[in-house]
Amino acid sequence: YSLNGVPCRGKVLTVDNMNPNVKRVEYAVRGPIVQRAVQIEKELREGVKKPFTEVIKANIGDAHAMGQKPITFLRQVLALCSYPELLEDNKFPEDAKKRAQRILGACGGHSIGAYSASQGIECVRQDVARYIEKRDGGIPSNPDNIYLSTGASDAIVTMLKLLVCGEGRDRTGVMISIPQYPLYSAALADLGAVQISYYLDEEKCWSLDVAELRRALNAARQHCNPRVLCIINPGNPTGQVQSRQCIEDVIRFAKEEHLFLMADEVYQDNVYAEGCKFHSFKKVLFEMGPEYSSTVEMASFHSTSKCYMGECGFRGGYMEVINMDPEVKTQLTKLVSVRLCPPVPGQALLDLVVNPPQPDEPSYITFMKERTAVLSALAEKARLTEQTFNAVPGITCNPVQGAMYTFPRITLPEKAIDKAKEEGKVPDMYYCMRLLEEEGICLVPGSGFGQREGTFHFRMTILPPTEKLKVVLQKIRDFHVRFTQEFS
Amino acid sequence: MNAALSTRGGSQEKMTENGMMSRAKVLTIDTINPTVKKVEYAVRGPIVQRAVELERELSQGMKKPFAEVIKANIGDAHAMGQQPITFFRQVLALCSYPELLSDNTFPEDAKSRACRILQSCGGHSMGAYSASQGIDSVREDVARYIERRDGGVPCDPDDIYLTTGASDGIVTMLKLLVCGEGASRTGVMISIPQYPLYSAALAELGAVQINYYLNEEKCWSLDIPELQRALDEARQYCNPRALCIINPGNPTGQVQSRKCIEDVIQFAAKERLFLMADEVYQDNVYADGCQFHSFKKVLFEMGPEYSDTVELASFHSTSKCYMGECGFRGGYMELINMDDEVKAQLTKLVSVRLCPPVPGQALMDLVVNPPQPGEPSYDNFIKERTATLSALAEKAKLTEQVLNTVQGISCNPVQGAMYSFPRITIPEKAVKEATEKGQQPDMFYCMKMLEETGICLVPGSGFGQKDGTYHFRMTILPPSDKLKILLDKVKEFHQKFTQQYS
Repeated sequence: YSLNGVPCRGKVLTVDNMNPNVKRVEYAVRGPIVQRAVQIEKELREGVKKPFTEVIKANIGDAHAMGQKPITFLRQVLALCSYPELLEDNKFPEDAKKRAQRILGACGGHSIGAYSASQGIECVRQDVARYIEKRDGGIPSNPDNIYLSTGASDAIVTMLKLLVCGEGRDRTGVMISIPQYPLYSAALADLGAVQISYYLDEEKCWSLDVAELRRALNAARQHCNPRVLCIINPGNPTGQVQSRQCIEDVIRFAKEEHLFLMADEVYQDNVYAEGCKFHSFKKVLFEMGPEYSSTVEMASFHSTSKCYMGECGFRGGYMEVINMDPEVKTQLTKLVSVRLCPPVPGQALLDLVVNPPQPDEPSYITFMKERTAVLSALAEKARLTEQTFNAVPGITCNPVQGAMYTFPRITLPEKAIDKAKEEGKVPDMYYCMRLLEEEGICLVPGSGFGQREGTFHFRMTILPPTEKLKVVLQKIRDFHVRFTQEFS
Repeated sequence: MNAALSTRGGSQEKMTENGMMSRAKVLTIDTINPTVKKVEYAVRGPIVQRAVELERELSQGMKKPFAEVIKANIGDAHAMGQQPITFFRQVLALCSYPELLSDNTFPEDAKSRACRILQSCGGHSMGAYSASQGIDSVREDVARYIERRDGGVPCDPDDIYLTTGASDGIVTMLKLLVCGEGASRTGVMISIPQYPLYSAALAELGAVQINYYLNEEKCWSLDIPELQRALDEARQYCNPRALCIINPGNPTGQVQSRKCIEDVIQFAAKERLFLMADEVYQDNVYADGCQFHSFKKVLFEMGPEYSDTVELASFHSTSKCYMGECGFRGGYMELINMDDEVKAQLTKLVSVRLCPPVPGQALMDLVVNPPQPGEPSYDNFIKERTATLSALAEKAKLTEQVLNTVQGISCNPVQGAMYSFPRITIPEKAVKEATEKGQQPDMFYCMKMLEETGICLVPGSGFGQKDGTYHFRMTILPPSDKLKILLDKVKEFHQKFTQQYS
């Protein structure tokens, strides 16, 4: 009732009559703790006094936001594509101009403002296929199996959407690791599919164990129709780089159990640890011979957001589909056409990522220098992070073998867990909120990614510049000691 | 060979030719998401696929009755030769490669816009993720634009969500709205004809599409009794909750009168419908006596009884108007009177996809914050903008005129947007042949036109039309001289076709 006594009606769209699946969606990477971090930033700007002068957003894999520089060559070509008058400008190297002209030649009206084909600009898809072939030692890639996308997230969601069907006990089940990157849990909630969790082995450096896959699958068969197995390699949040043997085992398992494989490989250039190497699922699949390579259905995903580029804002990405049924492929092509096309600047950027300066080209040396600097800085920070955390009593940190994150396990005193419960918070959220309020460091609690019951973690990026990272690590160390003390 | 599909346990065996057991695939047309199968999107449907095939054949040297395929199926201005706005591209280049800020070939106003945008980006780079709702300063600029456009009606930047094209915002909104089962399933009202993103999204979401017919005899105007009819009928089998309107219209080009917009708002208020106003063509108004009236402005001018209560989402984009920057996928939606808890859910939902493309956000910033009088780029900007819009107005007129000279084609005035949607008379014999071939008659017609003239249009059946009527949608985007030729060829084809099937 309004003030004057006239009955006023509820809104048309309320929390009670909105899409129920949407309510189930959570995405911790930008969830409540980040919202609080943004609020605190606002307060700082307004002059509110805090125990710190800035908020450090170590919650999200956003390299440029943390000071990483873009690759010069990539940005030169993008500028040329945006404003082709610059092709007359001799500040730009010839190889940049050539790439820009090739891209523009493939665009409608020679403009990046035209829609592209819905599957993505053809010559970019050809370049992606050639890149995959080079990467995989010559295993053929058909450009027709490449779909450019709005970041890898777009393609992952599209693939999951295609796969979901059935009702009740026949509802599609999708296997995903615990811990996982919460796009997967969010997408499965949104689609009303069944999430089938398989635990990575923290004691064994977050490795994947086929016996655990089998356990999870068999349990799931009681209440859903498992059809898909998702794997993130290198891993997010865990950073593990799976061994070749493991990848073979997963492929074998997928074939035996008739599962569609989704291989999220967006961190494929981010491999740091000695003895670790990125093995693409496709390469391993084909090396296992035709019994596997002509039957296992697979989609692999890549992005311009990570690796050495860190171009998150451009939303560039692609997926390669292997052994997809042609009728399904037609449906996929139809589905992506409704959204017209992925952003063309992102497609252009992807073209450069898969077709970078070659040794005989003018931009090569600078390109390699910049690329190497970024990747070696990350490797350094990965090592530093692991070392520092492992020196803290109550924090254990697996080696950061790859990707951009550390996911250390934290011991929380019983009293702290009780306090968290009182406040209606999950214990590691309580911990991270305290860290945010006291130190201005924003991490994501492990509960946002999934973890074994009774264990607690947080995910922190290794992206801040080395000097700042050292300070962040020290502050977390000091906080942890204080926190443990407070609740002892 | 058939695949008897078991649902669990994975094993779906079938016999191959050599007697070996092989399995059906995990993902087949029978096990794919059933709502995806129901999705159609004619603007890039079968006729366009055939057009692409023909282009390939032409490039391989095959002889055809035409030298090029003209893709008049899609509202892609740049693909049809329209030039980008210089100022926008200058700023985008500066944002992409900030070293250019020291280059004196760029005007100061472009540089200052670029600096402002970059300052709002993480690490001063367009490569950083933005806030999921969109860059703060861009949303502020969008809000100021809306206030100026709407004669001062206040706009809160917090009600603005930047999106990956308008399509993204529209699909997100529809997703939020859909709930219920069976007779309580959400119903969404959309015009016939409509832009088939709506029908596609509703099919995918498993929502109920409620068709209301625009009045072809009255220049595609919207008629409240027709809305009422459609709604009352729909209440028998679904729960109608949303009303979508595209103004200026796609494919019809009609620009609704202010009175009509008031009536629609009143209707939505009375019938408790969430209003979705697709206004991506708001600068594309050509006909004398026509004017764009934003739903929000009209809503607020109707007083607090309406402006405090009617829930409205309006959508805009960088793809149309005078910019035509389709490839950047820039857009926004403004939400009026949305429940706070729902807004929190929306914010959460868009966070999963991180953020819309930053170049598109930057572009949107320039669209809503263009060169002002006194700024170095102003004259050139206005010149380019005016040239584009007046060319479109010219082509709208030309199209209507030429098509109306053809016996068997009648074309309503193209009041706005970028398309003509003329009605075509198809001879009985042709309808029969089409039916025999399992094709919609206007698809049959358009396919023939494509094969014989290389002109690619979209059949009216892709947008919806009254039973027994046929149309096609053609863009008015090709350059004037090419458009003239195009229109003459369409005329010629129609006459030949009519003759052939008389």
